Amino acid sequence: MKKKISVGSILVYFFLSIWAFTTIYPIIWVIQNSFKAKDKILADSFSLPVGDLFTTANYRKAFGNLNIFGAYRNSVFISMMVSLLVILLAGMAAYALARYCFRGSNFLYSMVVSAMMFPVFATIIPVFSMETSLGIVNTSSWWLTMLSVILPQVAGNLAFSIVVLSGYMKSLPLELEEAAYMEGCNAFQIYFKVIMPLTKPSFATVAIFAFLWSYNDLFTQMFFLRRPEMRTITRLLNELTSQEGTNYGLMAAAVTLVVVPVVIVYIFLQKYIIKGMTAGAVKG
Amino acid sequence: MGASIYKNKKPAIIFLIPAFLFMIVYLYYPFLQNIWNSFQNIRQLGSSGEGFLNPWYSNYVEMFHDEVVWISLKNTLIMMLVTLVGQVGIAIVLALMVDNITHGKHFFKTVYFFPIVISATALGLLFNLIFLYDKGMLNQILEKLGKVGLTDWKGEGIALFTMMLPVMWQYVGFYFVILITGLNNISDELYEAARIDGASTFQKVRYISIPLLHNVICTCSVLAVTGALKVFDLPWTMFPKGMPLKSTFLTGTYMYYHTMETKNVDYGSALAVLIVVLGIVLAKVVNAIFKEKDY
Repeated sequence: MKKKISVGSILVYFFLSIWAFTTIYPIIWVIQNSFKAKDKILADSFSLPVGDLFTTANYRKAFGNLNIFGAYRNSVFISMMVSLLVILLAGMAAYALARYCFRGSNFLYSMVVSAMMFPVFATIIPVFSMETSLGIVNTSSWWLTMLSVILPQVAGNLAFSIVVLSGYMKSLPLELEEAAYMEGCNAFQIYFKVIMPLTKPSFATVAIFAFLWSYNDLFTQMFFLRRPEMRTITRLLNELTSQEGTNYGLMAAAVTLVVVPVVIVYIFLQKYIIKGMTAGAVKG
Repeated sequence: MGASIYKNKKPAIIFLIPAFLFMIVYLYYPFLQNIWNSFQNIRQLGSSGEGFLNPWYSNYVEMFHDEVVWISLKNTLIMMLVTLVGQVGIAIVLALMVDNITHGKHFFKTVYFFPIVISATALGLLFNLIFLYDKGMLNQILEKLGKVGLTDWKGEGIALFTMMLPVMWQYVGFYFVILITGLNNISDELYEAARIDGASTFQKVRYISIPLLHNVICTCSVLAVTGALKVFDLPWTMFPKGMPLKSTFLTGTYMYYHTMETKNVDYGSALAVLIVVLGIVLAKVVNAIFKEKDY
Protein backbone atom coordinates (compact mmCIF):
# COMPACT_ATOMS: atom_id res chain seq x y z
CA MET A 1 0.00 0.00 0.00
CA LYS A 2 2.66 2.44 1.03
CA LYS A 3 4.85 1.66 -2.01
CA LYS A 4 1.94 2.23 -4.41
CA ILE A 5 1.25 5.68 -3.02
CA SER A 6 4.85 6.77 -3.17
CA VAL A 7 5.28 6.00 -6.89
CA GLY A 8 2.32 8.20 -7.70
CA SER A 9 3.34 10.94 -5.35
CA ILE A 10 6.92 10.95 -6.62
CA LEU A 11 5.53 11.68 -10.07
CA VAL A 12 3.28 14.41 -8.66
CA TYR A 13 6.18 16.01 -6.81
CA PHE A 14 8.27 15.73 -9.96
CA PHE A 15 5.77 17.69 -12.07
CA LEU A 16 5.17 20.24 -9.34
CA SER A 17 8.91 20.80 -9.03
CA ILE A 18 9.27 21.37 -12.76
CA TRP A 19 6.85 24.29 -12.63
CA ALA A 20 8.49 25.59 -9.44
CA PHE A 21 11.80 25.43 -11.27
CA THR A 22 10.48 27.60 -14.11
CA THR A 23 9.43 30.30 -11.66
CA ILE A 24 12.58 30.30 -9.53
CA TYR A 25 15.40 29.59 -11.93
CA PRO A 26 15.05 32.63 -14.25
CA ILE A 27 15.53 34.90 -11.25
CA ILE A 28 18.59 33.01 -10.03
CA TRP A 29 19.92 33.02 -13.57
CA VAL A 30 19.59 36.79 -13.94
CA ILE A 31 21.14 37.41 -10.53
CA GLN A 32 24.21 35.28 -11.29
CA ASN A 33 24.65 36.91 -14.68
CA SER A 34 24.44 40.40 -13.22
CA PHE A 35 27.89 39.70 -11.77
CA LYS A 36 29.44 38.83 -15.14
CA ALA A 37 30.74 40.85 -18.05
CA LYS A 38 28.62 40.97 -21.20
CA ASP A 39 30.73 38.60 -23.32
CA LYS A 40 30.83 36.05 -20.48
CA ILE A 41 27.04 36.07 -20.29
CA LEU A 42 26.80 35.35 -23.99
CA ALA A 43 29.43 32.64 -23.88
CA ASP A 44 28.16 30.68 -20.91
CA SER A 45 25.35 32.03 -18.80
CA PHE A 46 24.98 28.96 -16.58
CA SER A 47 28.27 28.99 -14.72
CA LEU A 48 28.42 30.65 -11.34
CA PRO A 49 30.17 34.03 -11.21
CA VAL A 50 33.24 32.93 -9.26
CA GLY A 51 36.92 33.69 -9.72
CA ASP A 52 37.75 35.52 -12.93
CA LEU A 53 34.13 35.64 -13.99
CA PHE A 54 33.08 37.77 -11.04
CA THR A 55 32.75 41.50 -11.58
CA THR A 56 30.74 44.29 -10.01
CA ALA A 57 31.15 46.55 -13.03
CA ASN A 58 27.48 46.23 -13.97
CA TYR A 59 26.39 47.47 -10.57
CA ARG A 60 28.88 50.33 -10.59
CA LYS A 61 27.50 51.31 -13.94
CA ALA A 62 23.91 50.91 -12.78
CA PHE A 63 24.40 53.15 -9.78
CA GLY A 64 26.55 55.59 -11.73
CA ASN A 65 24.45 56.02 -14.86
CA LEU A 66 20.95 55.28 -13.68
CA ASN A 67 19.16 57.18 -11.00
CA ILE A 68 18.00 54.01 -9.27
CA PHE A 69 17.49 55.52 -5.84
CA GLY A 70 15.52 58.42 -7.27
CA ALA A 71 13.35 55.98 -9.18
CA TYR A 72 12.74 53.95 -6.01
CA ARG A 73 11.81 57.08 -4.10
CA ASN A 74 9.33 58.11 -6.81
CA SER A 75 7.83 54.64 -7.08
CA VAL A 76 7.42 54.16 -3.34
CA PHE A 77 6.01 57.64 -2.86
CA ILE A 78 3.43 57.24 -5.61
CA SER A 79 2.38 53.76 -4.50
CA MET A 80 2.10 54.76 -0.83
CA MET A 81 -0.01 57.78 -1.62
CA VAL A 82 -2.21 55.70 -3.89
CA SER A 83 -2.87 53.09 -1.22
CA LEU A 84 -3.46 55.70 1.49
CA LEU A 85 -5.94 57.65 -0.60
CA VAL A 86 -7.68 54.47 -1.72
CA ILE A 87 -8.10 53.34 1.88
CA LEU A 88 -9.43 56.70 2.97
CA LEU A 89 -11.90 57.26 0.15
CA ALA A 90 -12.96 53.67 -0.42
CA GLY A 91 -13.32 52.97 3.32
CA MET A 92 -15.77 55.81 3.88
CA ALA A 93 -17.82 55.03 0.79
CA ALA A 94 -17.86 51.32 1.63
CA TYR A 95 -19.13 52.08 5.14
CA ALA A 96 -21.99 54.20 3.85
CA LEU A 97 -22.92 51.58 1.26
CA ALA A 98 -22.73 48.76 3.79
CA ARG A 99 -24.77 50.38 6.58
CA TYR A 100 -27.08 53.07 5.24
CA CYS A 101 -30.26 52.15 3.42
CA PHE A 102 -31.59 54.93 1.25
CA ARG A 103 -33.23 55.41 -2.09
CA GLY A 104 -30.61 55.02 -4.78
CA SER A 105 -28.11 53.04 -2.70
CA ASN A 106 -28.49 50.07 -5.02
CA PHE A 107 -27.92 52.34 -7.96
CA LEU A 108 -24.74 53.71 -6.38
CA TYR A 109 -23.49 50.20 -5.71
CA SER A 110 -24.05 49.16 -9.31
CA MET A 111 -22.21 52.33 -10.35
CA VAL A 112 -19.23 51.05 -8.40
CA VAL A 113 -19.43 47.56 -9.88
CA SER A 114 -19.62 48.83 -13.44
CA ALA A 115 -16.70 51.20 -12.79
CA MET A 116 -14.60 48.06 -12.19
CA MET A 117 -15.10 47.13 -15.84
CA PHE A 118 -13.66 50.32 -17.32
CA PRO A 119 -10.30 49.48 -18.89
CA VAL A 120 -7.63 52.12 -18.35
CA PHE A 121 -7.27 52.41 -22.14
CA ALA A 122 -10.73 53.92 -22.35
CA THR A 123 -10.17 56.73 -19.85
CA ILE A 124 -6.53 57.69 -20.21
CA ILE A 125 -6.74 60.19 -23.10
CA PRO A 126 -9.49 62.38 -21.59
CA VAL A 127 -7.81 62.17 -18.17
CA PHE A 128 -4.63 63.37 -19.79
CA SER A 129 -6.32 66.39 -21.40
CA MET A 130 -8.18 67.15 -18.18
CA GLU A 131 -4.97 67.17 -16.18
CA THR A 132 -3.27 69.22 -18.89
CA SER A 133 -5.92 71.91 -18.54
CA LEU A 134 -5.47 71.75 -14.77
CA GLY A 135 -1.80 72.44 -15.41
CA ILE A 136 -0.39 69.44 -13.54
CA VAL A 137 0.99 67.50 -16.53
CA ASN A 138 4.57 67.83 -17.74
CA THR A 139 5.55 70.57 -15.33
CA SER A 140 8.93 70.90 -13.66
CA SER A 141 7.33 70.53 -10.25
CA TRP A 142 7.99 67.13 -8.71
CA TRP A 143 4.92 67.26 -6.48
CA LEU A 144 2.53 68.12 -9.29
CA THR A 145 3.95 65.41 -11.55
CA MET A 146 3.60 62.83 -8.82
CA LEU A 147 0.02 64.03 -8.25
CA SER A 148 -0.77 63.64 -11.95
CA VAL A 149 0.03 59.91 -11.70
CA ILE A 150 -1.45 59.35 -8.24
CA LEU A 151 -4.93 60.64 -9.09
CA PRO A 152 -5.70 58.34 -12.06
CA GLN A 153 -4.18 55.38 -10.23
CA VAL A 154 -6.41 56.03 -7.20
CA ALA A 155 -9.41 56.13 -9.51
CA GLY A 156 -8.37 52.83 -11.04
CA ASN A 157 -8.33 51.11 -7.64
CA LEU A 158 -11.33 52.73 -5.95
CA ALA A 159 -14.14 50.61 -7.34
CA PHE A 160 -12.49 47.29 -6.57
CA SER A 161 -11.62 48.45 -3.04
CA ILE A 162 -15.13 49.65 -2.27
CA VAL A 163 -16.54 46.27 -3.30
CA VAL A 164 -14.08 44.32 -1.13
CA LEU A 165 -14.38 46.62 1.89
CA SER A 166 -18.15 46.92 1.91
CA GLY A 167 -18.45 43.15 1.63
CA TYR A 168 -16.33 42.82 4.75
CA MET A 169 -18.09 45.61 6.67
CA LYS A 170 -21.50 44.04 6.00
CA SER A 171 -20.33 40.93 7.84
CA LEU A 172 -19.42 42.87 11.01
CA PRO A 173 -21.91 42.55 13.91
CA LEU A 174 -24.03 45.63 14.59
CA GLU A 175 -23.81 45.34 18.39
CA LEU A 176 -20.53 47.24 18.74
CA GLU A 177 -21.83 50.14 16.72
CA GLU A 178 -25.01 50.17 18.82
CA ALA A 179 -22.98 50.27 22.01
CA ALA A 180 -20.92 53.16 20.68
CA TYR A 181 -24.10 54.91 19.65
CA MET A 182 -25.54 54.50 23.14
CA GLU A 183 -22.37 56.06 24.52
CA GLY A 184 -23.14 59.07 22.40
CA CYS A 185 -20.82 58.61 19.41
CA ASN A 186 -21.92 60.12 16.14
CA ALA A 187 -21.57 58.40 12.78
CA PHE A 188 -18.07 59.72 12.16
CA GLN A 189 -16.80 58.62 15.55
CA ILE A 190 -18.38 55.23 15.00
CA TYR A 191 -16.63 54.93 11.66
CA PHE A 192 -13.18 55.99 12.81
CA LYS A 193 -13.23 54.37 16.25
CA VAL A 194 -15.26 51.20 15.73
CA ILE A 195 -15.50 50.28 12.07
CA MET A 196 -12.01 51.14 10.94
CA PRO A 197 -10.17 49.09 13.57
CA LEU A 198 -12.47 46.13 12.97
CA THR A 199 -11.94 46.29 9.22
CA LYS A 200 -8.14 46.28 9.55
CA PRO A 201 -7.53 42.92 7.82
CA SER A 202 -9.58 43.97 4.84
CA PHE A 203 -7.87 47.38 4.74
CA ALA A 204 -4.51 45.62 4.67
CA THR A 205 -5.67 43.49 1.74
CA VAL A 206 -6.83 46.51 -0.22
CA ALA A 207 -3.75 48.58 0.62
CA ILE A 208 -1.37 45.86 -0.54
CA PHE A 209 -3.30 45.34 -3.73
CA ALA A 210 -3.33 49.06 -4.53
CA PHE A 211 0.35 49.44 -3.67
CA LEU A 212 1.52 46.59 -5.87
CA TRP A 213 -0.78 47.49 -8.71
CA SER A 214 0.50 51.04 -8.72
CA TYR A 215 4.13 49.98 -8.27
CA ASN A 216 4.00 47.62 -11.25
CA ASP A 217 1.81 49.69 -13.57
CA LEU A 218 3.61 50.92 -16.64
CA PHE A 219 0.79 52.22 -18.83
CA THR A 220 -0.33 55.24 -16.78
CA GLN A 221 3.26 56.16 -15.97
CA MET A 222 4.23 56.17 -19.64
CA PHE A 223 1.72 58.95 -20.17
CA PHE A 224 2.53 61.19 -17.23
CA LEU A 225 6.19 60.69 -16.36
CA ARG A 226 8.21 62.19 -19.18
CA ARG A 227 11.15 63.84 -17.42
CA PRO A 228 14.16 61.75 -16.31
CA GLU A 229 14.08 62.91 -12.68
CA MET A 230 10.41 61.95 -12.36
CA ARG A 231 10.88 58.37 -13.54
CA THR A 232 9.73 55.46 -11.46
CA ILE A 233 11.25 52.00 -11.41
CA THR A 234 9.08 50.54 -14.16
CA ARG A 235 9.53 53.68 -16.26
CA LEU A 236 13.30 53.51 -15.79
CA LEU A 237 13.43 49.89 -16.88
CA ASN A 238 11.37 50.66 -19.94
CA GLU A 239 13.70 53.51 -20.86
CA LEU A 240 16.68 51.23 -20.31
CA THR A 241 15.43 48.70 -22.86
CA SER A 242 15.18 51.28 -25.59
CA GLN A 243 18.49 53.02 -24.85
CA GLU A 244 20.85 50.36 -23.55
CA GLY A 245 19.15 47.32 -25.03
CA THR A 246 22.45 45.62 -25.88
CA ASN A 247 24.24 46.18 -22.59
CA TYR A 248 23.18 42.82 -21.20
CA GLY A 249 25.20 42.99 -18.01
CA LEU A 250 23.63 46.30 -17.07
CA MET A 251 20.17 44.96 -17.88
CA ALA A 252 20.74 41.94 -15.64
CA ALA A 253 21.94 44.22 -12.84
CA ALA A 254 18.94 46.53 -13.23
CA VAL A 255 16.50 43.63 -13.18
CA THR A 256 18.20 42.26 -10.06
CA LEU A 257 18.04 45.62 -8.30
CA VAL A 258 14.35 45.88 -9.02
CA VAL A 259 13.35 42.30 -8.31
CA VAL A 260 15.33 41.52 -5.15
CA PRO A 261 13.63 44.05 -2.82
CA VAL A 262 10.23 42.88 -4.03
CA VAL A 263 11.19 39.26 -3.42
CA ILE A 264 12.32 40.07 0.13
CA VAL A 265 9.09 41.93 0.90
CA TYR A 266 7.12 39.10 -0.68
CA ILE A 267 8.79 36.46 1.49
CA PHE A 268 7.80 38.30 4.65
CA LEU A 269 4.32 39.44 3.65
CA GLN A 270 3.33 36.62 1.30
CA LYS A 271 0.21 35.68 3.23
CA TYR A 272 -1.23 39.18 2.97
CA ILE A 273 0.04 39.74 -0.56
CA ILE A 274 -1.50 36.56 -1.95
CA LYS A 275 -4.76 37.39 -0.20
CA GLY A 276 -4.68 40.96 -1.44
CA MET A 277 -4.01 40.11 -5.04
CA THR A 278 -6.75 37.47 -5.26
CA ALA A 279 -9.37 39.12 -3.03
CA GLY A 280 -11.30 40.68 -5.89
CA ALA A 281 -11.51 37.41 -7.75
CA VAL A 282 -12.63 35.26 -4.85
CA LYS A 283 -15.31 37.68 -3.77
CA GLY A 284 -16.53 37.90 -7.35
CA MET B 1 -32.89 49.98 17.85
CA GLY B 2 -30.27 48.98 15.28
CA ALA B 3 -31.98 51.11 12.72
CA SER B 4 -31.90 54.25 14.86
CA ILE B 5 -28.15 54.71 14.42
CA TYR B 6 -28.50 54.94 10.69
CA LYS B 7 -31.83 56.74 10.60
CA ASN B 8 -30.15 60.07 10.11
CA LYS B 9 -28.92 59.74 6.55
CA LYS B 10 -26.99 62.99 6.37
CA PRO B 11 -23.60 61.53 7.35
CA ALA B 12 -23.93 59.01 4.52
CA ILE B 13 -23.75 61.83 2.00
CA ILE B 14 -20.49 63.06 3.47
CA PHE B 15 -19.08 59.53 3.48
CA LEU B 16 -20.05 58.97 -0.13
CA ILE B 17 -19.21 62.28 -1.78
CA PRO B 18 -15.40 62.07 -1.96
CA ALA B 19 -15.22 58.62 -3.54
CA PHE B 20 -18.10 59.16 -5.93
CA LEU B 21 -16.90 62.57 -6.98
CA PHE B 22 -13.57 60.96 -7.74
CA MET B 23 -15.12 58.18 -9.75
CA ILE B 24 -17.27 60.56 -11.75
CA VAL B 25 -14.39 62.91 -12.53
CA TYR B 26 -11.76 60.24 -13.21
CA LEU B 27 -13.79 57.34 -14.58
CA TYR B 28 -17.30 58.14 -15.77
CA TYR B 29 -16.66 61.52 -17.34
CA PRO B 30 -13.45 60.41 -19.16
CA PHE B 31 -15.17 57.23 -20.29
CA LEU B 32 -17.97 59.17 -22.01
CA GLN B 33 -15.58 61.85 -23.21
CA ASN B 34 -13.49 59.13 -24.83
CA ILE B 35 -16.45 57.93 -26.90
CA TRP B 36 -17.12 61.53 -27.93
CA ASN B 37 -13.42 62.00 -28.75
CA SER B 38 -13.46 59.07 -31.15
CA PHE B 39 -15.71 61.14 -33.47
CA GLN B 40 -13.65 64.30 -33.13
CA ASN B 41 -10.58 65.67 -34.78
CA ILE B 42 -7.82 65.88 -32.16
CA ARG B 43 -4.52 67.41 -33.17
CA GLN B 44 -2.38 66.26 -30.24
CA LEU B 45 -2.52 64.51 -26.89
CA GLY B 46 -3.83 66.85 -24.22
CA SER B 47 -5.78 69.18 -26.48
CA SER B 48 -9.51 68.90 -26.95
CA GLY B 49 -11.39 68.09 -30.13
CA GLU B 50 -11.66 70.60 -32.97
CA GLY B 51 -15.03 69.66 -34.34
CA PHE B 52 -16.36 66.48 -35.85
CA LEU B 53 -14.48 64.39 -38.34
CA ASN B 54 -15.91 64.30 -41.81
CA PRO B 55 -17.84 62.03 -41.82
CA TRP B 56 -18.09 61.80 -38.03
CA TYR B 57 -17.69 58.00 -37.98
CA SER B 58 -14.62 57.98 -40.23
CA ASN B 59 -12.35 56.54 -37.51
CA TYR B 60 -14.53 53.46 -37.39
CA VAL B 61 -14.44 53.14 -41.18
CA GLU B 62 -10.67 53.44 -41.06
CA MET B 63 -10.53 50.82 -38.33
CA PHE B 64 -12.46 48.42 -40.53
CA HIS B 65 -9.97 48.87 -43.37
CA ASP B 66 -6.88 48.96 -41.15
CA GLU B 67 -5.09 45.65 -41.60
CA VAL B 68 -3.21 46.06 -38.31
CA VAL B 69 -6.48 46.30 -36.38
CA TRP B 70 -7.39 42.88 -37.69
CA ILE B 71 -3.93 41.55 -36.82
CA SER B 72 -4.21 42.94 -33.29
CA LEU B 73 -7.72 41.52 -32.91
CA LYS B 74 -6.50 38.15 -34.09
CA ASN B 75 -3.54 38.31 -31.70
CA THR B 76 -5.78 39.32 -28.80
CA LEU B 77 -8.11 36.40 -29.49
CA ILE B 78 -5.13 34.04 -29.60
CA MET B 79 -3.95 35.58 -26.33
CA MET B 80 -7.34 34.82 -24.80
CA LEU B 81 -7.17 31.21 -25.90
CA VAL B 82 -3.65 30.98 -24.49
CA THR B 83 -4.71 32.46 -21.15
CA LEU B 84 -7.79 30.22 -21.00
CA VAL B 85 -6.13 26.96 -21.97
CA GLY B 86 -2.62 27.71 -20.76
CA GLN B 87 -3.11 29.66 -17.56
CA VAL B 88 -6.35 28.21 -16.27
CA GLY B 89 -5.58 24.74 -17.64
CA ILE B 90 -2.11 24.49 -16.12
CA ALA B 91 -3.42 26.05 -12.91
CA ILE B 92 -6.14 23.38 -12.61
CA VAL B 93 -3.62 20.57 -13.07
CA LEU B 94 -1.19 22.11 -10.56
CA ALA B 95 -3.95 22.84 -8.03
CA LEU B 96 -5.32 19.30 -8.19
CA MET B 97 -1.82 17.89 -7.72
CA VAL B 98 -0.97 20.18 -4.80
CA ASP B 99 -4.32 19.36 -3.18
CA ASN B 100 -3.35 15.69 -3.10
CA ILE B 101 0.08 16.02 -1.50
CA THR B 102 0.82 16.28 2.19
CA HIS B 103 4.15 18.07 2.39
CA GLY B 104 5.21 21.33 0.81
CA LYS B 105 1.76 22.75 -0.05
CA HIS B 106 2.76 26.11 1.33
CA PHE B 107 6.08 26.11 -0.49
CA PHE B 108 4.49 25.49 -3.89
CA LYS B 109 1.85 28.14 -3.28
CA THR B 110 4.52 30.71 -2.44
CA VAL B 111 6.72 29.82 -5.39
CA TYR B 112 3.94 29.64 -7.96
CA PHE B 113 2.44 32.97 -6.99
CA PHE B 114 5.73 34.79 -6.91
CA PRO B 115 5.99 35.97 -10.61
CA ILE B 116 2.78 37.99 -10.23
CA VAL B 117 4.41 40.24 -7.65
CA ILE B 118 7.19 41.27 -10.02
CA SER B 119 6.50 44.08 -12.43
CA ALA B 120 5.85 42.90 -15.96
CA THR B 121 8.38 45.46 -17.17
CA ALA B 122 11.19 43.81 -15.21
CA LEU B 123 10.02 40.43 -16.48
CA GLY B 124 10.07 41.82 -20.01
CA LEU B 125 13.75 42.70 -19.62
CA LEU B 126 14.43 39.32 -18.09
CA PHE B 127 12.77 37.50 -20.96
CA ASN B 128 14.58 39.68 -23.46
CA LEU B 129 17.79 38.20 -22.04
CA ILE B 130 16.39 34.68 -22.04
CA PHE B 131 15.22 34.85 -25.66
CA LEU B 132 18.29 36.72 -26.91
CA TYR B 133 19.33 35.65 -30.40
CA ASP B 134 23.13 35.67 -29.94
CA LYS B 135 22.97 34.04 -27.35
CA GLY B 136 20.46 34.09 -24.54
CA MET B 137 19.55 31.34 -22.12
CA LEU B 138 17.33 29.37 -24.49
CA ASN B 139 19.69 29.38 -27.44
CA GLN B 140 22.54 28.33 -25.15
CA ILE B 141 20.49 25.43 -23.84
CA LEU B 142 19.54 24.37 -27.38
CA GLU B 143 23.17 24.56 -28.42
CA LYS B 144 24.18 22.35 -25.50
CA LEU B 145 21.54 19.87 -26.58
CA GLY B 146 23.30 19.70 -29.93
CA LYS B 147 21.15 21.98 -32.08
CA VAL B 148 23.05 23.61 -34.95
CA GLY B 149 22.27 27.23 -35.73
CA LEU B 150 20.53 29.81 -33.59
CA THR B 151 16.77 30.34 -33.32
CA ASP B 152 15.59 33.91 -33.77
CA TRP B 153 12.90 33.92 -31.09
CA LYS B 154 11.77 37.38 -32.04
CA GLY B 155 11.66 36.70 -35.76
CA GLU B 156 8.59 36.41 -37.93
CA GLY B 157 6.37 33.45 -37.32
CA ILE B 158 7.66 32.67 -33.86
CA ALA B 159 7.44 36.18 -32.34
CA LEU B 160 3.87 35.72 -31.21
CA PHE B 161 4.80 32.58 -29.32
CA THR B 162 7.75 34.36 -27.69
CA MET B 163 5.46 37.17 -26.58
CA MET B 164 2.67 35.03 -25.18
CA LEU B 165 4.73 32.48 -23.31
CA PRO B 166 5.91 34.89 -20.57
CA VAL B 167 2.44 36.44 -20.20
CA MET B 168 0.99 32.97 -19.73
CA TRP B 169 3.76 31.90 -17.38
CA GLN B 170 3.38 34.93 -15.13
CA TYR B 171 -0.29 34.48 -14.26
CA VAL B 172 -0.59 30.72 -13.82
CA GLY B 173 0.04 31.20 -10.09
CA PHE B 174 -2.83 33.65 -9.80
CA TYR B 175 -5.42 31.14 -10.99
CA PHE B 176 -3.64 28.43 -9.04
CA VAL B 177 -4.26 30.28 -5.77
CA ILE B 178 -7.92 30.93 -6.59
CA LEU B 179 -8.44 27.26 -7.47
CA ILE B 180 -6.59 26.01 -4.39
CA THR B 181 -8.84 28.20 -2.23
CA GLY B 182 -11.82 26.66 -3.99
CA LEU B 183 -10.47 23.15 -3.37
CA ASN B 184 -9.93 23.89 0.32
CA ASN B 185 -13.60 24.86 0.59
CA ILE B 186 -14.68 21.36 -0.43
CA SER B 187 -15.59 19.51 2.71
CA ASP B 188 -13.33 16.64 3.77
CA GLU B 189 -16.36 14.51 4.54
CA LEU B 190 -17.04 14.08 0.83
CA TYR B 191 -13.55 12.70 0.25
CA GLU B 192 -13.83 10.57 3.34
CA ALA B 193 -17.11 9.07 2.11
CA ALA B 194 -15.56 8.43 -1.30
CA ARG B 195 -12.57 6.75 0.32
CA ILE B 196 -14.81 4.44 2.32
CA ASP B 197 -16.65 3.55 -0.88
CA GLY B 198 -13.29 2.60 -2.36
CA ALA B 199 -12.78 5.45 -4.82
CA SER B 200 -9.32 5.93 -6.28
CA THR B 201 -7.55 9.28 -6.22
CA PHE B 202 -8.40 9.77 -9.85
CA GLN B 203 -12.08 9.06 -9.22
CA LYS B 204 -12.13 11.49 -6.30
CA VAL B 205 -10.72 14.19 -8.55
CA ARG B 206 -13.04 13.37 -11.41
CA TYR B 207 -16.30 13.04 -9.48
CA ILE B 208 -15.81 15.38 -6.51
CA SER B 209 -13.13 18.03 -7.09
CA ILE B 210 -13.83 19.04 -10.68
CA PRO B 211 -17.64 19.24 -10.45
CA LEU B 212 -17.44 21.22 -7.22
CA LEU B 213 -14.87 23.56 -8.72
CA HIS B 214 -17.18 24.43 -11.62
CA ASN B 215 -18.08 27.92 -10.39
CA VAL B 216 -14.49 28.76 -9.47
CA ILE B 217 -13.33 27.67 -12.93
CA CYS B 218 -16.06 29.87 -14.39
CA THR B 219 -14.77 32.88 -12.42
CA CYS B 220 -11.21 32.13 -13.54
CA SER B 221 -12.27 31.91 -17.18
CA VAL B 222 -14.01 35.28 -17.11
CA LEU B 223 -10.96 36.80 -15.43
CA ALA B 224 -8.59 35.20 -17.94
CA VAL B 225 -10.55 36.44 -20.95
CA THR B 226 -11.02 39.99 -19.68
CA GLY B 227 -7.44 39.99 -18.36
CA ALA B 228 -6.11 39.17 -21.83
CA LEU B 229 -7.57 42.48 -23.05
CA LYS B 230 -5.57 44.40 -20.45
CA VAL B 231 -2.15 42.95 -21.23
CA PHE B 232 0.21 45.76 -22.04
CA ASP B 233 3.48 45.97 -20.10
CA LEU B 234 5.16 42.73 -21.13
CA PRO B 235 4.41 42.88 -24.87
CA TRP B 236 5.35 46.54 -25.04
CA THR B 237 8.68 45.93 -23.27
CA MET B 238 9.60 42.89 -25.36
CA PHE B 239 8.12 43.93 -28.71
CA PRO B 240 7.81 47.71 -28.83
CA LYS B 241 5.77 49.08 -31.72
CA GLY B 242 4.52 45.66 -32.70
CA MET B 243 7.81 44.55 -34.15
CA PRO B 244 8.58 42.62 -36.29
CA LEU B 245 6.52 44.31 -39.03
CA LYS B 246 3.60 45.20 -36.73
CA SER B 247 2.80 41.52 -36.39
CA THR B 248 2.72 41.36 -32.58
CA PHE B 249 0.28 44.19 -31.81
CA LEU B 250 -2.47 43.52 -29.30
CA THR B 251 -5.49 45.80 -29.11
CA GLY B 252 -4.03 47.55 -26.04
CA THR B 253 -0.54 48.11 -27.44
CA TYR B 254 -1.98 49.23 -30.77
CA MET B 255 -4.13 51.80 -29.01
CA TYR B 256 -1.06 53.10 -27.18
CA TYR B 257 0.93 53.12 -30.43
CA HIS B 258 -1.55 55.42 -32.15
CA THR B 259 -2.01 57.67 -29.14
CA MET B 260 1.65 58.18 -28.29
CA GLU B 261 3.74 57.25 -31.33
CA THR B 262 1.77 58.32 -34.41
CA LYS B 263 -0.08 61.09 -32.50
CA ASN B 264 -3.35 59.96 -34.04
CA VAL B 265 -5.19 60.59 -30.78
CA ASP B 266 -8.77 60.34 -32.00
CA TYR B 267 -8.01 57.05 -33.70
CA GLY B 268 -6.55 55.85 -30.39
CA SER B 269 -9.83 56.81 -28.71
CA ALA B 270 -11.78 54.81 -31.27
CA LEU B 271 -9.53 51.81 -30.63
CA ALA B 272 -10.19 52.18 -26.89
CA VAL B 273 -13.94 52.05 -27.61
CA LEU B 274 -13.31 48.86 -29.56
CA ILE B 275 -11.53 47.37 -26.53
CA VAL B 276 -14.49 48.21 -24.28
CA VAL B 277 -17.02 46.67 -26.67
CA LEU B 278 -14.85 43.59 -27.09
CA GLY B 279 -14.53 43.20 -23.30
CA ILE B 280 -18.29 43.38 -22.70
CA VAL B 281 -19.15 40.99 -25.53
CA LEU B 282 -16.53 38.42 -24.55
CA ALA B 283 -17.40 38.48 -20.84
CA LYS B 284 -21.03 37.77 -21.83
CA VAL B 285 -19.98 34.94 -24.12
CA VAL B 286 -17.82 33.27 -21.47
CA ASN B 287 -20.55 33.66 -18.87
CA ALA B 288 -23.02 32.02 -21.23
CA ILE B 289 -20.67 29.11 -21.92
CA PHE B 290 -19.83 28.41 -18.28
CA LYS B 291 -23.20 29.07 -16.69
CA GLU B 292 -22.97 29.18 -12.92
CA LYS B 293 -24.48 26.12 -11.36
CA ASP B 294 -25.79 25.47 -7.90
CA TYR B 295 -24.94 22.21 -6.27
